[in-house]
Amino acid sequence: MLRVEGLRAWYGEATVLRDVALTVAPGEVVTLVGRNGAGKSTLLRCLMGLHAGQRGTVTLDGRDLGSLPAHRRARLGLGWVPDDRGAYASLTVTENLTLPPAVGPNPWPLARVYESFPVLHERRDSAATQLSGGEQQMLALARVLRMGARLLLCDEPTEGLAPLLVARVGDIIRQVRDQGTAVLLVEQNLRFATGVADRHHLLAEGRVVETLRNEEVRERESELLTYLGI
Amino acid sequence: MSSFLQHTFDGLVSGAFLALLALGLAVIFGMLRVVNFAHGAFYMLGAVGTYLLLTEFGVPFWWALLIVPVALGVLGMGVERAFVHRLARLDPLYNFLLTFGLTLVLQDLVKLRYGTQSSPYATPSALAGTVDFGLFDFPAYRVFVLAFAVVACVAVWWLLGHTRVGMVVRAATERPELSRALGIDVGRWVMPVFGFGIALAGVAGVLAAPMRAVNPLMGADLVIVVFAVVVIGGLGSIFGSVAAGFGIGLVQAWGESYLDQWPIVAQTSVFVIMAAVLLWRPAGLFGREEAPA
Ligand SMILES: Nc1ncnc2c1ncn2[C@@H]1O[C@H](COP(=O)(O)OP(=O)(O)OP(=O)(O)O)[C@@H](O)[C@H]1O
Ligand SMILES: [Mg+2]
Repeated sequence: MLRVEGLRAWYGEATVLRDVALTVAPGEVVTLVGRNGAGKSTLLRCLMGLHAGQRGTVTLDGRDLGSLPAHRRARLGLGWVPDDRGAYASLTVTENLTLPPAVGPNPWPLARVYESFPVLHERRDSAATQLSGGEQQMLALARVLRMGARLLLCDEPTEGLAPLLVARVGDIIRQVRDQGTAVLLVEQNLRFATGVADRHHLLAEGRVVETLRNEEVRERESELLTYLGI
Repeated sequence: MSSFLQHTFDGLVSGAFLALLALGLAVIFGMLRVVNFAHGAFYMLGAVGTYLLLTEFGVPFWWALLIVPVALGVLGMGVERAFVHRLARLDPLYNFLLTFGLTLVLQDLVKLRYGTQSSPYATPSALAGTVDFGLFDFPAYRVFVLAFAVVACVAVWWLLGHTRVGMVVRAATERPELSRALGIDVGRWVMPVFGFGIALAGVAGVLAAPMRAVNPLMGADLVIVVFAVVVIGGLGSIFGSVAAGFGIGLVQAWGESYLDQWPIVAQTSVFVIMAAVLLWRPAGLFGREEAPA
Protein backbone atom coordinates (compact mmCIF):
# COMPACT_ATOMS: atom_id res chain seq x y z
CA MET A 1 0.00 0.00 0.00
CA LEU A 2 2.89 2.37 0.78
CA ARG A 3 5.90 2.46 -1.51
CA VAL A 4 8.87 4.75 -1.02
CA GLU A 5 11.60 5.00 -3.64
CA GLY A 6 14.73 7.08 -3.87
CA LEU A 7 13.71 9.33 -1.00
CA ARG A 8 16.22 12.03 -0.19
CA ALA A 9 15.77 14.52 2.61
CA TRP A 10 17.90 17.31 3.99
CA TYR A 11 18.03 20.15 6.46
CA GLY A 12 19.80 23.07 4.85
CA GLU A 13 23.20 21.75 3.84
CA ALA A 14 22.94 18.51 5.82
CA THR A 15 21.55 15.50 3.98
CA VAL A 16 19.80 13.13 6.38
CA LEU A 17 18.21 10.59 4.03
CA ARG A 18 20.14 9.71 0.86
CA ASP A 19 18.18 7.05 -0.93
CA VAL A 20 15.47 5.38 1.09
CA ALA A 21 13.33 2.64 -0.40
CA LEU A 22 10.75 0.65 1.52
CA THR A 23 7.26 -0.79 1.24
CA VAL A 24 4.42 -1.50 3.62
CA ALA A 25 1.58 -3.86 2.61
CA PRO A 26 -2.02 -3.58 3.88
CA GLY A 27 -2.39 -5.20 7.28
CA GLU A 28 1.36 -5.35 7.67
CA VAL A 29 3.33 -3.99 10.60
CA VAL A 30 6.80 -2.87 9.60
CA THR A 31 9.34 -1.25 11.85
CA LEU A 32 12.01 1.27 11.18
CA VAL A 33 15.03 0.87 13.41
CA GLY A 34 18.17 2.95 13.47
CA ARG A 35 20.49 4.88 15.75
CA ASN A 36 19.58 8.17 17.31
CA GLY A 37 19.74 10.77 14.59
CA ALA A 38 19.52 8.23 11.76
CA GLY A 39 16.58 10.11 10.30
CA LYS A 40 13.61 7.98 11.36
CA SER A 41 11.46 10.87 12.48
CA THR A 42 12.49 12.83 9.41
CA LEU A 43 11.33 9.95 7.22
CA LEU A 44 7.89 9.94 8.83
CA ARG A 45 7.65 13.70 8.46
CA CYS A 46 8.54 13.34 4.77
CA LEU A 47 5.76 10.79 4.35
CA MET A 48 3.32 13.16 6.05
CA GLY A 49 4.35 15.97 3.71
CA LEU A 50 5.64 18.07 6.57
CA HIS A 51 9.27 18.20 5.50
CA ALA A 52 10.02 20.71 2.78
CA GLY A 53 13.50 19.51 1.84
CA GLN A 54 12.76 16.19 0.15
CA ARG A 55 12.92 14.49 -3.26
CA GLY A 56 11.84 11.04 -4.32
CA THR A 57 8.69 9.05 -4.88
CA VAL A 58 6.08 8.21 -2.27
CA THR A 59 2.97 6.37 -3.42
CA LEU A 60 -0.04 5.28 -1.42
CA ASP A 61 -2.15 2.59 -3.10
CA GLY A 62 -0.43 3.49 -6.34
CA ARG A 63 -1.25 7.16 -6.02
CA ASP A 64 1.72 9.49 -6.12
CA LEU A 65 1.63 11.70 -3.06
CA GLY A 66 4.07 13.99 -4.83
CA SER A 67 3.45 17.49 -3.65
CA LEU A 68 0.19 16.83 -1.79
CA PRO A 69 0.00 18.99 1.33
CA ALA A 70 -0.12 17.32 4.73
CA HIS A 71 -3.85 17.68 5.29
CA ARG A 72 -4.61 15.94 1.99
CA ARG A 73 -2.32 13.07 2.91
CA ALA A 74 -4.07 12.71 6.25
CA ARG A 75 -7.39 12.61 4.43
CA LEU A 76 -6.06 9.78 2.25
CA GLY A 77 -5.67 7.77 5.44
CA LEU A 78 -2.25 8.52 6.90
CA GLY A 79 -2.34 8.72 10.69
CA TRP A 80 0.71 10.30 12.31
CA VAL A 81 1.65 9.64 15.94
CA PRO A 82 4.44 12.20 16.39
CA ASP A 83 7.48 11.58 18.55
CA ASP A 84 6.55 14.43 20.89
CA ARG A 85 3.04 12.97 21.34
CA GLY A 86 1.31 15.90 19.72
CA ALA A 87 -1.01 16.88 22.55
CA TYR A 88 -2.73 20.27 22.31
CA ALA A 89 -2.62 22.29 25.50
CA SER A 90 -5.55 24.43 24.42
CA LEU A 91 -7.81 21.44 23.70
CA THR A 92 -9.40 19.00 26.10
CA VAL A 93 -8.77 15.29 25.76
CA THR A 94 -12.09 14.84 23.98
CA GLU A 95 -11.33 17.72 21.63
CA ASN A 96 -7.89 16.27 20.89
CA LEU A 97 -9.66 13.09 19.85
CA THR A 98 -12.44 14.67 17.82
CA LEU A 99 -10.36 17.37 16.11
CA PRO A 100 -9.25 15.32 13.08
CA PRO A 101 -11.86 14.32 10.53
CA ALA A 102 -12.66 10.66 9.97
CA VAL A 103 -10.49 9.62 7.05
CA GLY A 104 -10.78 5.87 6.71
CA PRO A 105 -13.43 3.23 6.23
CA ASN A 106 -13.73 2.30 9.91
CA PRO A 107 -13.09 5.18 12.24
CA TRP A 108 -13.51 4.22 15.87
CA PRO A 109 -16.51 5.85 17.52
CA LEU A 110 -15.58 7.91 20.57
CA ALA A 111 -17.30 5.38 22.81
CA ARG A 112 -15.06 2.60 21.57
CA VAL A 113 -11.97 4.75 22.05
CA TYR A 114 -12.98 5.44 25.63
CA GLU A 115 -13.77 1.79 26.23
CA SER A 116 -10.29 0.86 25.05
CA PHE A 117 -8.61 3.70 26.93
CA PRO A 118 -10.55 4.15 30.19
CA VAL A 119 -7.90 6.52 31.52
CA LEU A 120 -8.65 8.95 28.70
CA HIS A 121 -12.33 8.78 29.58
CA GLU A 122 -11.54 9.68 33.18
CA ARG A 123 -9.52 12.69 32.05
CA ARG A 124 -11.74 13.61 29.10
CA ASP A 125 -12.30 17.22 30.14
CA SER A 126 -8.71 17.96 31.16
CA ALA A 127 -6.32 19.86 28.94
CA ALA A 128 -4.39 17.20 27.06
CA THR A 129 -1.01 18.44 28.25
CA GLN A 130 -2.11 17.82 31.84
CA LEU A 131 -1.97 14.10 31.17
CA SER A 132 1.09 12.08 32.10
CA GLY A 133 3.54 11.23 29.34
CA GLY A 134 2.16 7.74 29.04
CA GLU A 135 -1.41 9.00 28.86
CA GLN A 136 -0.45 11.49 26.16
CA GLN A 137 1.10 8.63 24.23
CA MET A 138 -2.19 6.74 24.50
CA LEU A 139 -4.05 9.83 23.40
CA ALA A 140 -1.93 10.21 20.26
CA LEU A 141 -2.53 6.58 19.36
CA ALA A 142 -6.25 6.77 20.16
CA ARG A 143 -6.56 9.84 17.96
CA VAL A 144 -5.38 8.11 14.78
CA LEU A 145 -7.64 5.16 15.55
CA ARG A 146 -10.59 7.48 15.83
CA MET A 147 -9.62 8.97 12.47
CA GLY A 148 -9.79 5.48 11.05
CA ALA A 149 -6.40 5.96 9.40
CA ARG A 150 -5.42 3.11 7.09
CA LEU A 151 -1.69 3.50 7.57
CA LEU A 152 -0.38 4.48 10.97
CA LEU A 153 2.98 6.23 11.14
CA CYS A 154 3.96 5.75 14.77
CA ASP A 155 7.11 7.45 16.03
CA GLU A 156 8.38 5.57 19.08
CA PRO A 157 4.96 5.05 20.66
CA THR A 158 6.41 2.99 23.53
CA GLU A 159 9.19 5.37 24.47
CA GLY A 160 9.21 5.98 28.19
CA LEU A 161 6.15 3.83 28.85
CA ALA A 162 5.82 1.48 31.82
CA PRO A 163 5.94 -2.23 30.81
CA LEU A 164 2.22 -2.66 31.32
CA LEU A 165 1.45 0.17 28.90
CA VAL A 166 3.99 -1.12 26.39
CA ALA A 167 2.07 -4.39 26.35
CA ARG A 168 -1.15 -2.44 25.93
CA VAL A 169 0.24 -0.59 22.89
CA GLY A 170 1.31 -3.96 21.48
CA ASP A 171 -2.23 -5.33 21.91
CA ILE A 172 -3.69 -2.36 20.12
CA ILE A 173 -1.28 -2.53 17.22
CA ARG A 174 -2.07 -6.24 16.74
CA GLN A 175 -5.77 -5.46 16.99
CA VAL A 176 -5.73 -2.78 14.26
CA ARG A 177 -3.45 -4.91 12.09
CA ASP A 178 -6.04 -7.67 12.22
CA GLN A 179 -8.58 -5.18 10.86
CA GLY A 180 -6.30 -4.59 7.89
CA THR A 181 -4.65 -1.38 9.06
CA ALA A 182 -0.98 -1.07 8.12
CA VAL A 183 1.57 0.30 10.56
CA LEU A 184 5.00 1.82 10.01
CA LEU A 185 6.51 1.81 13.45
CA VAL A 186 9.67 3.56 14.58
CA GLU A 187 10.87 1.44 17.45
CA GLN A 188 14.09 1.00 19.42
CA ASN A 189 12.78 -1.78 21.66
CA LEU A 190 13.62 -4.89 19.61
CA ARG A 191 11.68 -7.29 21.86
CA PHE A 192 8.59 -5.21 21.37
CA ALA A 193 9.29 -4.83 17.66
CA THR A 194 9.51 -8.57 17.01
CA GLY A 195 6.36 -9.06 19.08
CA VAL A 196 4.17 -6.90 16.86
CA ALA A 197 5.87 -6.57 13.48
CA ASP A 198 6.55 -8.77 10.47
CA ARG A 199 9.55 -7.05 8.96
CA HIS A 200 12.14 -4.60 10.16
CA HIS A 201 13.92 -1.95 8.12
CA LEU A 202 17.32 -0.98 9.38
CA LEU A 203 18.05 2.65 8.57
CA ALA A 204 21.70 3.74 8.43
CA GLU A 205 23.65 6.37 6.54
CA GLY A 206 20.47 7.63 4.96
CA ARG A 207 19.48 4.27 3.46
CA VAL A 208 17.55 1.17 4.40
CA VAL A 209 20.64 -1.02 4.62
CA GLU A 210 18.88 -4.24 5.59
CA THR A 211 15.38 -5.61 5.88
CA LEU A 212 15.15 -8.31 8.51
CA ARG A 213 12.55 -10.88 9.45
CA ASN A 214 11.63 -11.57 13.05
CA GLU A 215 13.86 -14.68 13.28
CA GLU A 216 16.84 -12.73 11.95
CA VAL A 217 16.31 -9.98 14.46
CA ARG A 218 16.15 -12.53 17.29
CA GLU A 219 19.30 -14.30 16.11
CA ARG A 220 21.29 -11.10 15.75
CA GLU A 221 19.81 -9.32 18.74
CA SER A 222 23.01 -8.58 20.60
CA GLU A 223 24.77 -7.42 17.43
CA LEU A 224 21.87 -5.12 16.59
CA LEU A 225 21.64 -3.76 20.11
CA THR A 226 25.32 -2.88 20.04
CA TYR A 227 24.88 -1.29 16.65
CA LEU A 228 21.91 0.76 17.81
CA GLY A 229 23.89 1.79 20.87
CA ILE A 230 21.35 0.55 23.36
CA MET B 1 -14.22 57.73 46.93
CA SER B 2 -16.72 58.90 44.38
CA SER B 3 -13.95 60.26 42.18
CA PHE B 4 -12.11 56.95 42.51
CA LEU B 5 -15.17 55.11 41.20
CA GLN B 6 -15.44 57.64 38.43
CA HIS B 7 -11.85 57.06 37.36
CA THR B 8 -12.27 53.33 37.62
CA PHE B 9 -15.29 53.42 35.39
CA ASP B 10 -13.50 55.62 32.87
CA GLY B 11 -10.59 53.20 32.96
CA LEU B 12 -12.86 50.27 32.23
CA VAL B 13 -14.39 52.12 29.29
CA SER B 14 -11.03 52.92 27.71
CA GLY B 15 -10.01 49.38 28.62
CA ALA B 16 -12.98 48.17 26.59
CA PHE B 17 -11.43 49.67 23.44
CA LEU B 18 -8.03 48.24 24.26
CA ALA B 19 -9.57 44.84 24.91
CA LEU B 20 -11.49 44.75 21.61
CA LEU B 21 -8.43 45.82 19.66
CA ALA B 22 -6.07 43.51 21.50
CA LEU B 23 -8.49 40.62 21.03
CA GLY B 24 -8.49 41.09 17.26
CA LEU B 25 -4.72 41.43 17.20
CA ALA B 26 -4.36 38.27 19.30
CA VAL B 27 -6.70 36.23 17.11
CA ILE B 28 -4.79 37.32 14.01
CA PHE B 29 -1.40 36.75 15.55
CA GLY B 30 -2.39 33.32 16.79
CA MET B 31 -3.49 32.10 13.42
CA LEU B 32 -1.08 33.91 11.09
CA ARG B 33 1.90 34.74 13.33
CA VAL B 34 1.55 38.22 11.85
CA VAL B 35 1.71 41.29 14.05
CA ASN B 36 -0.82 43.46 12.28
CA PHE B 37 0.51 46.96 12.60
CA ALA B 38 -2.42 48.25 10.55
CA HIS B 39 -4.87 47.36 13.32
CA GLY B 40 -5.03 50.97 14.48
CA ALA B 41 -5.69 52.16 10.93
CA PHE B 42 -8.63 49.76 10.61
CA TYR B 43 -9.96 51.06 13.91
CA MET B 44 -9.68 54.56 12.46
CA LEU B 45 -11.47 53.43 9.29
CA GLY B 46 -14.24 52.05 11.51
CA ALA B 47 -14.76 55.44 13.14
CA VAL B 48 -14.37 57.42 9.90
CA GLY B 49 -16.72 55.00 8.14
CA THR B 50 -19.33 55.50 10.84
CA TYR B 51 -19.00 59.26 10.47
CA LEU B 52 -19.24 59.11 6.67
CA LEU B 53 -22.23 56.79 6.73
CA LEU B 54 -24.09 59.37 8.77
CA THR B 55 -22.95 62.52 7.00
CA GLU B 56 -22.98 61.23 3.43
CA PHE B 57 -25.79 58.69 3.50
CA GLY B 58 -27.74 59.48 6.64
CA VAL B 59 -27.15 56.00 8.02
CA PRO B 60 -27.58 56.14 11.82
CA PHE B 61 -25.23 54.75 14.46
CA TRP B 62 -27.08 51.47 15.02
CA TRP B 63 -26.89 50.50 11.38
CA ALA B 64 -23.25 51.56 11.29
CA LEU B 65 -22.57 49.19 14.19
CA LEU B 66 -23.66 46.37 11.91
CA ILE B 67 -22.48 47.56 8.50
CA VAL B 68 -19.02 48.89 9.32
CA PRO B 69 -17.60 45.76 11.02
CA VAL B 70 -18.95 43.56 8.23
CA ALA B 71 -17.52 45.84 5.54
CA LEU B 72 -14.15 46.03 7.29
CA GLY B 73 -14.14 42.26 7.75
CA VAL B 74 -14.56 41.86 4.01
CA LEU B 75 -11.89 44.49 3.37
CA GLY B 76 -9.61 42.67 5.80
CA MET B 77 -10.11 39.39 3.95
CA GLY B 78 -9.23 41.15 0.72
CA VAL B 79 -6.08 42.61 2.27
CA GLU B 80 -5.13 39.16 3.53
CA ARG B 81 -5.48 37.57 0.10
CA ALA B 82 -3.94 40.44 -1.82
CA PHE B 83 -0.95 41.21 0.40
CA VAL B 84 -0.47 39.37 3.68
CA HIS B 85 -0.86 35.97 2.08
CA ARG B 86 1.93 36.59 -0.41
CA LEU B 87 4.41 37.13 2.38
CA ALA B 88 3.30 34.14 4.43
CA ARG B 89 6.38 32.09 3.58
CA LEU B 90 8.82 34.86 4.45
CA ASP B 91 10.04 36.10 7.79
CA PRO B 92 7.08 37.57 9.76
CA LEU B 93 9.03 40.82 9.83
CA TYR B 94 8.04 41.40 6.22
CA ASN B 95 4.38 41.38 7.14
CA PHE B 96 5.09 43.76 9.98
CA LEU B 97 6.63 46.14 7.44
CA LEU B 98 3.78 45.57 5.03
CA THR B 99 1.10 46.40 7.58
CA PHE B 100 3.15 49.40 8.73
CA GLY B 101 3.15 50.67 5.16
CA LEU B 102 -0.53 49.93 4.83
CA THR B 103 -1.16 52.06 7.92
CA LEU B 104 0.54 55.05 6.33
CA VAL B 105 -1.38 54.57 3.10
CA LEU B 106 -4.75 54.31 4.82
CA GLN B 107 -4.06 57.30 7.05
CA ASP B 108 -2.95 59.44 4.14
CA LEU B 109 -5.87 58.43 1.97
CA VAL B 110 -8.27 59.58 4.65
CA LYS B 111 -6.20 62.71 5.24
CA LEU B 112 -6.19 63.53 1.54
CA ARG B 113 -9.93 63.35 1.32
CA TYR B 114 -11.04 64.77 4.67
CA GLY B 115 -8.06 66.55 6.18
CA THR B 116 -6.73 66.04 9.69
CA GLN B 117 -9.47 67.87 11.50
CA SER B 118 -11.46 65.96 14.05
CA SER B 119 -15.12 65.58 13.31
CA PRO B 120 -17.78 65.49 16.01
CA TYR B 121 -20.28 62.65 15.96
CA ALA B 122 -23.42 62.98 18.04
CA THR B 123 -24.18 60.38 20.67
CA PRO B 124 -27.09 58.25 19.51
CA SER B 125 -30.21 59.78 21.00
CA ALA B 126 -31.28 56.63 22.83
CA LEU B 127 -28.03 56.81 24.81
CA ALA B 128 -27.80 60.55 25.25
CA GLY B 129 -28.53 60.76 28.97
CA THR B 130 -26.86 59.38 32.04
CA VAL B 131 -27.42 56.20 33.97
CA ASP B 132 -28.03 56.58 37.68
CA PHE B 133 -26.08 54.05 39.74
CA GLY B 134 -27.41 55.38 43.04
CA LEU B 135 -24.30 57.19 44.24
CA PHE B 136 -23.16 58.20 40.77
CA ASP B 137 -24.30 59.07 37.30
CA PHE B 138 -22.41 57.77 34.34
CA PRO B 139 -22.99 58.76 30.73
CA ALA B 140 -25.34 56.20 29.26
CA TYR B 141 -23.30 55.88 26.09
CA ARG B 142 -20.17 54.89 28.03
CA VAL B 143 -22.10 52.33 30.01
CA PHE B 144 -23.30 50.95 26.70
CA VAL B 145 -19.74 50.81 25.29
CA LEU B 146 -18.52 48.91 28.31
CA ALA B 147 -21.42 46.47 28.25
CA PHE B 148 -21.17 45.95 24.51
CA ALA B 149 -17.44 45.29 24.65
CA VAL B 150 -17.81 42.84 27.52
CA VAL B 151 -20.55 40.98 25.66
CA ALA B 152 -18.45 40.93 22.47
CA CYS B 153 -15.41 39.57 24.31
CA VAL B 154 -17.47 36.90 26.03
CA ALA B 155 -19.06 35.97 22.71
CA VAL B 156 -15.67 35.58 21.05
CA TRP B 157 -14.42 33.55 24.00
CA TRP B 158 -17.46 31.30 23.76
CA LEU B 159 -17.08 30.93 20.01
CA LEU B 160 -13.46 29.91 20.38
CA GLY B 161 -14.04 27.66 23.34
CA HIS B 162 -17.27 25.91 22.54
CA THR B 163 -17.73 25.52 18.82
CA ARG B 164 -16.09 23.27 16.27
CA VAL B 165 -14.78 26.31 14.38
CA GLY B 166 -13.27 27.61 17.59
CA MET B 167 -11.64 24.26 18.28
CA VAL B 168 -10.07 24.19 14.83
CA VAL B 169 -8.81 27.75 15.24
CA ARG B 170 -7.34 26.93 18.65
CA ALA B 171 -5.62 23.84 17.27
CA ALA B 172 -4.30 25.65 14.21
CA THR B 173 -3.12 28.52 16.40
CA GLU B 174 -1.30 26.30 18.87
CA ARG B 175 0.30 23.81 16.48
CA PRO B 176 -0.28 24.60 12.82
CA GLU B 177 1.91 21.84 11.46
CA LEU B 178 0.45 19.10 13.63
CA SER B 179 -3.04 20.30 12.74
CA ARG B 180 -2.31 19.96 9.05
CA ALA B 181 -0.93 16.48 9.63
CA LEU B 182 -4.23 15.63 11.32
CA GLY B 183 -6.20 16.55 8.22
CA ILE B 184 -7.11 20.15 9.03
CA ASP B 185 -6.81 22.54 6.09
CA VAL B 186 -5.26 25.29 8.18
CA GLY B 187 -4.83 27.58 5.18
CA ARG B 188 -8.58 27.74 4.67
CA TRP B 189 -9.05 29.45 8.03
CA VAL B 190 -6.43 32.12 7.60
CA MET B 191 -8.47 34.55 5.53
CA PRO B 192 -11.67 34.42 7.62
CA VAL B 193 -9.74 34.74 10.88
CA PHE B 194 -7.86 37.77 9.58
CA GLY B 195 -11.14 39.32 8.47
CA PHE B 196 -12.69 38.57 11.83
CA GLY B 197 -9.85 40.28 13.68
CA ILE B 198 -10.23 43.34 11.47
CA ALA B 199 -14.00 43.34 12.03
CA LEU B 200 -13.33 43.54 15.78
CA ALA B 201 -11.15 46.60 15.16
CA GLY B 202 -14.09 47.95 13.16
CA VAL B 203 -16.44 47.42 16.12
CA ALA B 204 -14.06 49.38 18.33
CA GLY B 205 -13.93 52.11 15.70
CA VAL B 206 -17.72 52.44 15.50
CA LEU B 207 -17.99 52.57 19.28
CA ALA B 208 -15.29 55.26 19.36
CA ALA B 209 -17.00 57.62 16.91
CA PRO B 210 -19.42 59.26 19.39
CA MET B 211 -16.91 59.63 22.21
CA ARG B 212 -13.48 60.15 20.66
CA ALA B 213 -12.22 62.63 18.12
CA VAL B 214 -12.67 61.11 14.68
CA ASN B 215 -9.57 61.86 12.60
CA PRO B 216 -7.08 59.99 10.41
CA LEU B 217 -4.50 59.66 13.18
CA MET B 218 -6.81 58.45 15.96
CA GLY B 219 -5.50 54.88 15.66
CA ALA B 220 -1.83 55.73 15.40
CA ASP B 221 -1.07 56.27 19.09
CA LEU B 222 -3.63 53.79 20.29
CA VAL B 223 -2.13 50.92 18.38
CA ILE B 224 1.16 51.32 20.24
CA VAL B 225 -0.64 50.93 23.56
CA VAL B 226 -2.55 47.96 22.14
CA PHE B 227 0.75 46.29 21.25
CA ALA B 228 1.90 46.76 24.81
CA VAL B 229 -1.39 45.26 25.99
CA VAL B 230 -0.99 42.22 23.78
CA VAL B 231 2.58 41.68 24.92
CA ILE B 232 1.57 42.00 28.57
CA GLY B 233 -1.33 39.59 28.15
CA GLY B 234 0.75 37.15 26.14
CA LEU B 235 0.98 37.19 22.35
CA GLY B 236 -1.82 35.09 20.94
CA SER B 237 -3.52 34.57 24.31
CA ILE B 238 -7.19 35.43 23.97
CA PHE B 239 -7.93 35.69 27.65
CA GLY B 240 -4.66 37.48 28.31
CA SER B 241 -5.26 40.19 25.74
CA VAL B 242 -8.75 40.96 27.04
CA ALA B 243 -7.70 40.93 30.70
CA ALA B 244 -4.65 43.07 29.97
CA GLY B 245 -6.79 45.44 27.89
CA PHE B 246 -9.08 46.20 30.81
CA GLY B 247 -6.16 46.19 33.24
CA ILE B 248 -4.15 48.71 31.26
CA GLY B 249 -7.25 50.86 30.79
CA LEU B 250 -7.54 51.03 34.57
CA VAL B 251 -3.85 51.73 35.10
CA GLN B 252 -3.94 54.56 32.58
CA ALA B 253 -7.06 56.13 34.05
CA TRP B 254 -5.74 55.95 37.61
CA GLY B 255 -2.35 57.20 36.47
CA GLU B 256 -3.83 60.18 34.68
CA SER B 257 -5.95 61.16 37.67
CA TYR B 258 -3.61 60.51 40.58
CA LEU B 259 -0.24 61.14 38.98
CA ASP B 260 -1.27 64.23 37.08
CA GLN B 261 1.71 66.12 38.51
CA TRP B 262 3.96 63.57 36.83
CA PRO B 263 2.43 63.12 33.40
CA ILE B 264 5.60 61.36 32.21
CA VAL B 265 5.04 58.61 34.77
CA ALA B 266 1.40 58.25 33.81
CA GLN B 267 2.16 58.13 30.10
CA THR B 268 4.99 55.64 30.31
CA SER B 269 3.46 53.40 32.95
CA VAL B 270 2.12 51.02 30.30
CA PHE B 271 5.53 50.50 28.79
CA VAL B 272 7.22 50.15 32.15
CA ILE B 273 4.70 47.45 32.99
CA MET B 274 5.36 45.82 29.65
CA ALA B 275 9.11 45.78 30.23
CA ALA B 276 8.67 44.38 33.72
CA VAL B 277 6.35 41.63 32.48
CA LEU B 278 8.74 40.73 29.69
CA LEU B 279 11.60 40.37 32.15
CA TRP B 280 9.55 38.33 34.53
CA ARG B 281 7.53 36.23 32.07
CA PRO B 282 8.81 36.58 28.52
CA ALA B 283 5.68 34.94 27.10
CA GLY B 284 3.38 37.45 28.83
CA LEU B 285 1.08 36.98 31.80
CA PHE B 286 -1.18 34.42 30.15
CA GLY B 287 0.99 33.38 27.23
CA ARG B 288 2.49 29.98 26.68
CA GLU B 289 6.04 29.44 25.53
CA GLU B 290 5.96 28.51 21.86
CA ALA B 291 5.39 24.80 21.53
CA PRO B 292 7.51 22.90 19.03
CA ALA B 293 5.91 22.51 15.59
N1 LIG C 1 15.02 20.90 12.46
C1 LIG C 1 16.23 20.35 12.17
N2 LIG C 1 17.20 21.12 11.63
C2 LIG C 1 18.41 20.61 11.34
N3 LIG C 1 18.75 19.32 11.54
C3 LIG C 1 17.82 18.52 12.06
C4 LIG C 1 16.51 18.98 12.41
N4 LIG C 1 15.80 17.95 12.92
C5 LIG C 1 16.63 16.90 12.90
N5 LIG C 1 17.83 17.22 12.39
C6 LIG C 1 18.97 16.32 12.20
O1 LIG C 1 18.58 15.31 11.29
C7 LIG C 1 19.05 14.05 11.71
C8 LIG C 1 17.91 13.08 11.79
O2 LIG C 1 17.02 13.47 12.82
P1 LIG C 1 15.74 12.60 13.19
O3 LIG C 1 15.03 13.31 14.28
O4 LIG C 1 14.99 12.30 11.96
O5 LIG C 1 16.42 11.28 13.73
P2 LIG C 1 15.77 10.06 14.48
O6 LIG C 1 16.26 8.86 13.79
O7 LIG C 1 14.32 10.23 14.61
O8 LIG C 1 16.47 10.16 15.89
P3 LIG C 1 15.91 9.79 17.36
O9 LIG C 1 16.18 8.34 17.55
O10 LIG C 1 16.73 10.64 18.24
O11 LIG C 1 14.46 10.13 17.39
C9 LIG C 1 19.77 14.26 13.03
O12 LIG C 1 21.16 14.29 12.77
C10 LIG C 1 19.31 15.61 13.50
O13 LIG C 1 20.34 16.27 14.17
MG1 LIG D 1 13.00 10.49 16.21
